[in-house]
Amino acid sequence: MGTTLKNTSDKPVGVIGAGSFGCAMANLLAANSSVLLYARDPEQVSQINQHHENKGIQLSHNIKAINDLEAIANQCDILFPMIPSSGFRDMIQDLSPYLHPYHILIHGTKGLDFSLPKGETLVSHPSLSREEVKTMSEVIKDESVAIRVGCLAGPNLSRELIDGQPAATVVASHFDEVILAGQKLLRSDRFQVYGNTDLIGIELTGVLKNIIAIAAGILSGLGYGENAKGLLISRGVVEMIYLGKALGGNTQAFIGLAGIGDLVATCNSTLSRNYTVGNRLAKGESLEKILETMEETAEGINTVKIAKRFAEHYKVRAPITQMLYKVLFEQLAPEEALQYLMKYPFNSDIDFL
Amino acid sequence: MAARAIQRKSTKQKKTGSYSPILPKTAQWPVVQLSKNRKDFIKAVAEDSISKILLSHSGKGALIEEIETTLYREQLRIKQNPWKVDPEDEKDFWKDIKSRLVNFSPQSGVEEEKNGDSIRKIMYDIIFRYADEIAGNFKPSSYRLAREIVKFGFARLLNAARIKGFGAFFTNKLTLKDKIKIVGETDQIRALATKGTVVMVPTHFSNLDSILIGWIIHALGLPAFIYGAGLNLFNIGILAYFMNSLGAYKVDRRKKNLPYLETLKSYSTLALQKGAHSLFFPGGTRSRSGKLEKSLKLGLLSTTMEAQRINYSDQDDKAQKIFIVPVVLNYHFTLEAPGLINEYLKRKGQERYYVENDQYSTSFRMVKFLLKFFTKGSDISVSIGKGMDVLGNYVDMEGNSIDKQGRIIDTKDYFMSDGKITVNKQREKQYTRMLSSIIVEEYHRINRVFASHLAAFTAFQLLRRRYYKLDLYNFLRLPEEELVLPYLEFRNNYERLRQKIFELKSEGKVQTAPHLEGDIDKVIRLGLENVGMYHSKRPLVKTKSGDITSKDLNTLFYYHNRLDGYDLEKYI
Repeated sequence: MGTTLKNTSDKPVGVIGAGSFGCAMANLLAANSSVLLYARDPEQVSQINQHHENKGIQLSHNIKAINDLEAIANQCDILFPMIPSSGFRDMIQDLSPYLHPYHILIHGTKGLDFSLPKGETLVSHPSLSREEVKTMSEVIKDESVAIRVGCLAGPNLSRELIDGQPAATVVASHFDEVILAGQKLLRSDRFQVYGNTDLIGIELTGVLKNIIAIAAGILSGLGYGENAKGLLISRGVVEMIYLGKALGGNTQAFIGLAGIGDLVATCNSTLSRNYTVGNRLAKGESLEKILETMEETAEGINTVKIAKRFAEHYKVRAPITQMLYKVLFEQLAPEEALQYLMKYPFNSDIDFL
Repeated sequence: MAARAIQRKSTKQKKTGSYSPILPKTAQWPVVQLSKNRKDFIKAVAEDSISKILLSHSGKGALIEEIETTLYREQLRIKQNPWKVDPEDEKDFWKDIKSRLVNFSPQSGVEEEKNGDSIRKIMYDIIFRYADEIAGNFKPSSYRLAREIVKFGFARLLNAARIKGFGAFFTNKLTLKDKIKIVGETDQIRALATKGTVVMVPTHFSNLDSILIGWIIHALGLPAFIYGAGLNLFNIGILAYFMNSLGAYKVDRRKKNLPYLETLKSYSTLALQKGAHSLFFPGGTRSRSGKLEKSLKLGLLSTTMEAQRINYSDQDDKAQKIFIVPVVLNYHFTLEAPGLINEYLKRKGQERYYVENDQYSTSFRMVKFLLKFFTKGSDISVSIGKGMDVLGNYVDMEGNSIDKQGRIIDTKDYFMSDGKITVNKQREKQYTRMLSSIIVEEYHRINRVFASHLAAFTAFQLLRRRYYKLDLYNFLRLPEEELVLPYLEFRNNYERLRQKIFELKSEGKVQTAPHLEGDIDKVIRLGLENVGMYHSKRPLVKTKSGDITSKDLNTLFYYHNRLDGYDLEKYI
């Protein structure tokens, strides 16, 4: 990959989803290229195009908002889908007719998709097998002919990126050209971009770390300090690795920038939505109330729901996920969940390397 | 809809008795065109592979090092593992290379010339020799002859075996078609062969496959295919004759040096570009374990990718499309099973290094095998899978690639970036990997379950469960007395698994032979009679009291493996 890292194509780059992460990424991309930013809401589109501002985020003049998936797919060879996992499959289905095998898609969605056999619900079908759980790159390949697919993962809190603070990310793909494209487009003096070929592993680290981020929020909401957090993060990595391996990732992905790097960032920051959910839960708010007042999705909640059922199906040891599930959906008091975890018989510290 | 299509096909086949040739005049066949211009073709192959080698050996001395390594390995091979088919001048050729090489030192440049000789030329001579060695000797006249011999010979043997009595040898009552059932997408492969270049990728269980597939290609009315056949098969006079005439090119598995492998790939890529329908056994060698191929060799498969890309960049809109057609061959038995499974177990168990021991080392043994094959009545089925493009997308009868949503895909777009066709090795390597796993999935889907496969699977799993504490190797050494299964237990499990297999079939995950349906005791009887039926030690037999036992756990394991990968063991 010794070629000069500059965007040589005169085509614009597409970003799909104008949430805070989508806007942060659009700003980063706009430093090197012209950017088309897709927003579902036409009002939001005209707001962005008139005022170069969205949700209090200043947007570069290189960014043009549009509301037409066909147009964005026709004009851009490289697309960055940045939307919540809950709407991801629907969006790809809508986009699919306009996608071609030459398109490059690099998504930044840190969630999972699941599909059940027809007519079944999570109540009637309580455990999930690997065939029923999909990462976002798998959803893209399921629903479209796009094949040059990659993902972004790493400690990338939107607010800090928007403020231009130094950060780094990982672009993962089975295709060198996708990694290279991501580097060309995103790299700047304040933003470092690493490559990784374990696409599934990197997707999973980003997804699973949200579980631990909620737990970290709970710990600090209960008023505990850094010893407890150190304990949680290290045991959390172990649990992520167990789950991640069962889902088809390699251990290496979890100890890099997208794994531990991201975990440390999200477990310490009120800028993280997942952390905030945990924090407010521990302070006595109900999940419904928290969700009502949150502007954007905390992926971790859905991930806990899926990971718990997946762990049961494959008999993976995942006590943090299990306890979190009870706290989130079965009204277990956070303090009790913590008591349970403190008594859990872990024998060895590291048994996965 | 698919079911109706299959039905329509079978009635048509019954009516006409056989498929008419899609290209009646052999002169039109791509393979004939290829052999007519054999000299030019070999030259083109050599040019193509040397340019690739020069591209990857740019540094000073790298080329010399490559030649030295090749020279060393070749001389070692000639000394340690000579074969009957090896040309006589081989020793002298390499001696000459050695003496020419002395004139050049690694410090000198690649282009340097001495006495009219250069490193590049030495490499070219090696590659040219390889290309000449690999190239087939297809002759339309001997193709026709060989075809008739196969047809005539097989038919005689078959009739002698099936219809008792003197003189049966000369009747035509039974033909190969009664013995070998071709099912699946037969109409489609015929259509695709007129619209583009077909690459057939069959599973590989027996040395018989090469001949069998040659007959199938003919029976389907397709022009001859070229295919890579192991050079070891050319050691056997009678086989060599057939293979030469059926369009085979030679693959020497002893030669693992880079120039050879590069030449082999160039040969395949160029032949595909010329539109020669090709056949690879993508598993590389015969399945040792009896399992369907799980991973494929990517080398030859990658040539389909390269050829397709070159077709698109050279011919633009009129580009010939390449179609991949997976084929699964199903037998009740494999002659080589005992040898193959022993080899597998040795390798897995790492007991000791294995030296290849060929089951048919002489023409005599080959004939004996064919006799056995025809005298012991047992059926073969050949499942032709749906055609795919090189990315593994299914194609329709017109050869259009269709995505999962039913929309047409332009396959060319897979090779484009920034509006142009680009050469990207890493991308194509990844594509090849994806294609390979799609082919493997397809094998499992078109595999046909026979009563005998299920009998072996059921019995082996029941016994294995009984002795689950033993590791596989100790288990396989159990004495015969320990291996008796009560008939009722066997029957119940067989029935449960059969039900599960029918469920899988309705989900399109596997196929079944018609004989698997109907009265359970009859099906079981058929399965027991046929599983590995001509082995001297039978994998499954009925005891006097009507129970079931095994005389040879190794081959039972082998036949059982056929149903590996469907998660059926959960239902025992």
